[in-house]
Amino acid sequence: MSAFRTSLEAAIPALRRYARALTRDAELADDLVQDTLVRALRSEHLFHEGDVRRWLYTILTNLNRNRLRTLARRPSSSPIDDADAPDTAGPEAGGRDIERALSSLVDDQRAALLLVVLEGLSYREVAEVQGVPIGTVMSRLARARAQMKAYLDGERPALRRVK
Amino acid sequence: MIGRDSPVLEAELHAYVDGELPADRRAAVEAWLAAHPDDAARVNAWLAQADLIRARYAGVAQDPVPPRLDLKRLSRAERRWSRLAAAAVIAAFIAGGAAGWFGRETLAGGLADKMFSADAIDAYKLYVVEVRHPVEVPGAEEPHLVQWLSKRLGYELRAPDLAAMGLKLVGGRLLPGSSGAAAFLMYEGQSGERFTFYCARASAPETALRYEVAGSVAAFYWVDENKGYAVSGPANRERLLEVARTIYAQMETRPAGKS
Repeated sequence: MSAFRTSLEAAIPALRRYARALTRDAELADDLVQDTLVRALRSEHLFHEGDVRRWLYTILTNLNRNRLRTLARRPSSSPIDDADAPDTAGPEAGGRDIERALSSLVDDQRAALLLVVLEGLSYREVAEVQGVPIGTVMSRLARARAQMKAYLDGERPALRRVK
Repeated sequence: MIGRDSPVLEAELHAYVDGELPADRRAAVEAWLAAHPDDAARVNAWLAQADLIRARYAGVAQDPVPPRLDLKRLSRAERRWSRLAAAAVIAAFIAGGAAGWFGRETLAGGLADKMFSADAIDAYKLYVVEVRHPVEVPGAEEPHLVQWLSKRLGYELRAPDLAAMGLKLVGGRLLPGSSGAAAFLMYEGQSGERFTFYCARASAPETALRYEVAGSVAAFYWVDENKGYAVSGPANRERLLEVARTIYAQMETRPAGKS
């Protein structure tokens, strides 16, 4: 297997983790990872140097953004209801709360927060993934954290009581 | 430039939490936090959020990777496409717009498949020019349409989702094919370009991907598990290839039965 393929293979678990947190839906998350891998395989010849993992995060982040745009244009399709996601929160009692708190974020802010906190990317790497200046990453992060804190502190917008 | 003793900015608090703070500001930030309990509480809240996120999702990376993300399987499908794309270019060059290209597995398919693609192209030509009645059931009734066509085909049909390419389902109809019922779905872009997706039972179990041009219309077609698929559209190879590829990926690897 080529070095490229090896890096691709090694990145799959982390991509699934990121996609799951991004979508809070296991099926959808794997759809995104699959599309990401297919695109990466197709563009292998375009990839000359650099960090394969970061490149994959970039593809996945863009695919998810396109997906959300498409959903926004199609009011008839059912919204992603995170309350329907399988309850695999495990022993962590805050599992559902953290999912709902993440759901309350704007997409780009959620992606920035997850890339930093969950995936351990540096601000510079996130800036490259999101295609924005570092300052924008930092303000997304700041807004995401303020919103998360407000949500977890109980200032929940009046929606999504557990059914 | 921020000096050693300048006041701490909010951005620095985030950088502190994320390990992005320059070493020479660390002491200043820590002193600031000791003197400003509100900021210290915020920083602790951010750290707690990060812990919760990791606690919730870290396990996903330990789960076994499902077969549909298997790299070998995905790249096998990709190889079929790149081989086809290369061959389609050659065919277009040699025959200048009226050619059929047959892949390595020609023996398995042969005439029946040739008829299949001809049926698909004929259906395209016949209905794509229709303004008022291009379809029998409109795309707005997609669940009904898919259920009806599946019933008549005798296997579960899935309507490809081409929204990401700017194509919307106009609707579909049932057609007589060479070997029984055929389902025909039409998609339309904002500029009015139309693509059609044609499915029917095939005699061969599996064939390579093929490309066929008939005048201004072209089709990509293939057979998988005795089901034939043809994607027809204007003979702009790049765009058609993109559409066909998207459909192929959705037919090949999405788990069946997902609505």
